[in-house]
Amino acid sequence: MGEVTILNIGNNIIVPVQTELHDEDARQLQTDILKKIENTGAKGLLIDVSAVSIIDSFLGRLLVETSKMARLMGTETVLVGMKKEVVLTLIQLGLQMKNLHTALNIEDGLALLEKMITGPSLSRRKDEKFRK
Amino acid sequence: MKSSENSNECFEILISNYEDIILARQKVKSFMQKTGFSVLAQTRIVTAVSELARNIVVHAGQGKMSAYQITKKRNRPGLKCVFKDQGPGISNIDEAMKEGFSTSNSLGLGLSGARKLCNEFHIESAEKKGTTISIVEWL
Repeated sequence: MGEVTILNIGNNIIVPVQTELHDEDARQLQTDILKKIENTGAKGLLIDVSAVSIIDSFLGRLLVETSKMARLMGTETVLVGMKKEVVLTLIQLGLQMKNLHTALNIEDGLALLEKMITGPSLSRRKDEKFRK
Repeated sequence: MKSSENSNECFEILISNYEDIILARQKVKSFMQKTGFSVLAQTRIVTAVSELARNIVVHAGQGKMSAYQITKKRNRPGLKCVFKDQGPGISNIDEAMKEGFSTSNSLGLGLSGARKLCNEFHIESAEKKGTTISIVEWL
């Protein structure tokens, strides 16, 4: 348990969470993601939680925070793969995942990221980020 | 499965670190699977277990969760989980149950959220006397 692979594909970082994370693991993953963003200058971050069976208030908050942190580093985040049971539970729990972009699966998520990154407000920033 | 009177203890887990929370979740999940609970009920209850087990780690340092198979009239089976700790306790339960109330810089959804996620919720606590929370889910 613990180790989560962080993939760098093109301009995106893809994080398939394949295990149940305990709190320390989740915090470590957040740090690792930010490190990866720093090292690669990725413009998109896609977190896939389709293998995660529950999202409680801790993990939910951590995901929202990670997306906020990534944005401060110039990276847009899309969370994909939330199961219907997870979604129902999150809403019942009262957890608001405000400002977190989501999509059904990786494919839709990548398409959304592409749109967000090439969107009008961000197009100027894009050119600067390409140069290392 | 034994035909039980009213309650039948299934397992007990000592909870003192974050890995124990995962263990509690897995045990409850596999018990619910075996008993025939829906995936949604499993997800709700395991989420509640996660919140309550974390409360023990964060606020009391250590405690335990005991799980019981219980039976209602007409043999309707249920699951009861009791979370017990000898931690600092809660001085004002009503306040602690409010959504957004937190003493640990968290979202304050642990107690209020866990209550919403299960069929029955019972809390007993007094300052310096620890906290006992039980939750029940009927099949």
